[in-house]
Amino acid sequence: MGSHFDLTDSRFAGALMALNFAQAMEKYEPTLGLEVHVELNTNSKMFCSCATEFGGSPNTQTCPVCLGLPGALPVVNAKAIESTILIGLALNCSIAPYSRFARKNYFYPDMPKNFQTSQYDEPICVNGFLDVEIDTDEGPAKFRIEIERVHMEEDTGKSLHVGGSTGRIHGAEYSLLDYNRAGIPLVEIVTKIVPGTGKYAPQVARAYVTELRDILRSLGVSDVKMEQGSLRCDANVSLAPIGSGELGTRSETKNVNSLRSVERALFGEIERQANRLANGERVIQETRHFLEDTGLTRPGRSKEQAEDYRYFPEPDLVPVTPDAKWIEELRAKLPEKPSTRRKRLQAEWNVPDKEMTALINAELLDVVEETIALGAEPTRARTWWLGEISRLANEKEVEPTSLISSANLAEIIALIASGELTDKLARQVVEGVINGEGSPADVIAKRGLKVVSDDSALMVAIEAAIAAQPDTAERIRGGNIPAAGALIGAVMKATGGAADAAKVRELLLKHLGQA
Amino acid sequence: MSSIRLSAEQMGAALAKGEITSVALTNQHFDRIAQVDTAVHAFLHLDKEGALAQAASVDAKRAAGEKLGPLAGVPLALKDVLTQKGIPTTCGSKMLEGWRPPYDSGVVTKLKSAGVVILGKTNMDEFAMGSSTENSAYGPTHNPWDLTRIPGGSGGGSSAALAAFEAPLAIGTDTGGSIRQPAAVTGTVGVKPTYGGVSRYGLVAFSSSLDQAGPCARTVLDTALLHEAIAGHDPRDSTSINSPVPQVVAAARRLDVKGMKIGVVKEISGAGFQAGVQTRFEESLQLLVEAGAEIVEVSCPNFEYALAAYYLIAPSEASSNLARFDSMRYGIRVGDDGNRGAEEVMNLTRQVGFGREVKRRIILGTYALSSGYYDAYYGSAQKVRTLIKRDFEAAFAKADVLVSPTAPTTAFKIGEKSDDPLAMYLNDIATIPVNMAGIGGMSLPCGLAPEDGLPVGFQIMSPVMQDDLMYRVGGTLEAALNSKWGHTLISQIPDLQVR
Repeated sequence: MGSHFDLTDSRFAGALMALNFAQAMEKYEPTLGLEVHVELNTNSKMFCSCATEFGGSPNTQTCPVCLGLPGALPVVNAKAIESTILIGLALNCSIAPYSRFARKNYFYPDMPKNFQTSQYDEPICVNGFLDVEIDTDEGPAKFRIEIERVHMEEDTGKSLHVGGSTGRIHGAEYSLLDYNRAGIPLVEIVTKIVPGTGKYAPQVARAYVTELRDILRSLGVSDVKMEQGSLRCDANVSLAPIGSGELGTRSETKNVNSLRSVERALFGEIERQANRLANGERVIQETRHFLEDTGLTRPGRSKEQAEDYRYFPEPDLVPVTPDAKWIEELRAKLPEKPSTRRKRLQAEWNVPDKEMTALINAELLDVVEETIALGAEPTRARTWWLGEISRLANEKEVEPTSLISSANLAEIIALIASGELTDKLARQVVEGVINGEGSPADVIAKRGLKVVSDDSALMVAIEAAIAAQPDTAERIRGGNIPAAGALIGAVMKATGGAADAAKVRELLLKHLGQA
Repeated sequence: MSSIRLSAEQMGAALAKGEITSVALTNQHFDRIAQVDTAVHAFLHLDKEGALAQAASVDAKRAAGEKLGPLAGVPLALKDVLTQKGIPTTCGSKMLEGWRPPYDSGVVTKLKSAGVVILGKTNMDEFAMGSSTENSAYGPTHNPWDLTRIPGGSGGGSSAALAAFEAPLAIGTDTGGSIRQPAAVTGTVGVKPTYGGVSRYGLVAFSSSLDQAGPCARTVLDTALLHEAIAGHDPRDSTSINSPVPQVVAAARRLDVKGMKIGVVKEISGAGFQAGVQTRFEESLQLLVEAGAEIVEVSCPNFEYALAAYYLIAPSEASSNLARFDSMRYGIRVGDDGNRGAEEVMNLTRQVGFGREVKRRIILGTYALSSGYYDAYYGSAQKVRTLIKRDFEAAFAKADVLVSPTAPTTAFKIGEKSDDPLAMYLNDIATIPVNMAGIGGMSLPCGLAPEDGLPVGFQIMSPVMQDDLMYRVGGTLEAALNSKWGHTLISQIPDLQVR
């Protein structure tokens, strides 16, 4: 047509259209699907009695069962079933009276039996939902995420590919295998498709994973540490033209290792898909890998042939048939929902929204609640955790809760409230406790940090200050009250901050005939 | 005077009375093995040191006055598909050459605590796939009745060891008849207990939902004694039944079938069975009638599909169970020259490590489970399985036990059927339904076929966890036959050429 370029040729896609996220959302409607894998924190593995602790020396937490030695047989961990049922109940699922494990067959060196024992078409929990709330342009809005299934499976071992530039199996010189993780109980929580989130899709996804994590934590069934892999999220998303009522081709993004990454990965992926579609290209159904540094995704290893996992019911295990009465007992044991608890605490402590969000994001709710329970005044408790302790933790690059116990902080806060410590002294006590100098009482004794409240001792310092600045004293006597600041400062300096400034002021003014 | 021709029960009694020590008895068996096993080839591995240590330990306990079980100090041959800590376990496959398991199977744990002396590991069809022991990667075992013939399979090593007086007791495993058919063709006794009656922990799986370890011996009572020694719940096997072990020893001693109803399964006798096999089977029925039992005919119409369904279910499970043999963690490794990737090394190892029959079944099972075929093959086979269970339920409503010939023919010649898998599969036509339904089955010798002078097996089937019923009938029939003949059948076995 007179042009050298065929404008539908995908090679020119970049030159043609470059939609940003907002523009993309004017044309396309995203549909989400989220798969979350949770490592349960049971003491033993899914099908054997090996320890599950993170970080052991390679292959020290293995046995004939999790190594898949010939003749070894699995036995289901009853605690894992209990944890999974708790998760199902917390997510408003029905608990199946009969469910089974299946074998997912494929060859991979980090999988000792060359099949993964996993629930397949007969999962233990089905048809639940989880409500999440996000901030929208029109204020807070609630989204209901429907849960399709919650099922149990076992984790694989870990491969370490040595040599080669990518750290991937292709091009590696050799690979090392660690089977400590093989057989760790995993629970997979799969949503139904989530339509109707519009431009809020990334936030909704993040809010869902956050809420899910908080629920799992409140149930005590997992460490839920995304950075250690005990909580992993695969984000599926597809786009369709707004109003088309169609469902587009989806991609599945893996390696999403933080809550922030859930949101970023979806932003990036939605933008990528929108640009392909806008330029007349197809979205390929594939697994993609999230790149933390750029916020983009790259294609995963392309599968040369479609995997046929040849699922069939695991003949070495009997069906899981939880007793209805037991399920009701577990239901009765469910803790308060994290969203309910947050609302309750915010009201009890009278915390402004912004500060509440800060506490939640810093994961300090539990410890603040604990500190308050130990007698600390609510405002001080949250100010100390969110302020000084968080600042120190940030400096040292550790978790705030690892620095000081709620009990010690509650004790220090009590001393502030009774006037025995000033804020400044309290900071020194905190520092001493963190340095390992002992309990708050020990630090106070060793460092001599009690507030100087003995009037005669203070009077000595006040008289010394007056003697040093006779002109200032004269002005005060003459009615220039604000001039007292200089003398108070001198007294505070002389006492190393151990005096109560208000007390000093009172004594000084009285001494100079102004009270 | 050698004690090797005694029954295990008699050996136990002689040991208890101090007439012989376990060390002496064990040595007599090792001597016998040294004399005949070059010709029979029942054993793949002998553990002389471990066996004699166990024998000495039992002797010491007995000398110290400790109370011991009836089989303490009695030797046994272990099928090479069950793990024994530190002892080579090959499953008759090149794949596992040199592998020494780091753990004892549930059966071995029980044997050791019963004081049984494990002589060594016996030959078998590779991964228990076969009916003749010709599929062993280590060469066939020969039937002591006629060394040119097969000893049955897959547990031909265990049955031959019994018939050749190399051991009075043996352990077999039975997925479709691998205990009972070898017992039938060697004139010995073998029992497949109810599925879940004996632990499968440490039994290298062929088909998990069908595999069952069980006792083998030369008499019904010996088999019962061994049965009680190895049976019982094992928490390491989820499919193990947690209820009391049936009183099989008492049942074997009862020698009374008055008033019992014995069902002859129409579909697994008569047509297709060797004439002499059918003759001896019918004579045995007559003896049971004379002993006071009532014979009823029952029909199990779905047995017709049992073989076909079995050859879908067993290979399907096998294709998955045998996936772990990939050279990564144990067993042989082929082609790891530093240039090949893991996948290529896995492929080469599996090409070299598995024999033809194993490969055939892996391919068959992989196909049956693949998407698009699953429902038609694996799914349909599972439905047949349910129908077979229902046939048994209906039949057991009419009879206390069911009976049939164990195998359609007597022992065939080595090499005769090795190129015809379908002919080979037909050996298990009468034994497979038992595995499909998870019930108990026994084979005991009921005479020599007139046309070839070779042993014939009589099969008794009993309902789930009522294994005592087949022992009761088996014990009674054995006594009636022995009294009719004036001797045991095994005493008629030709003398083996002793080296």
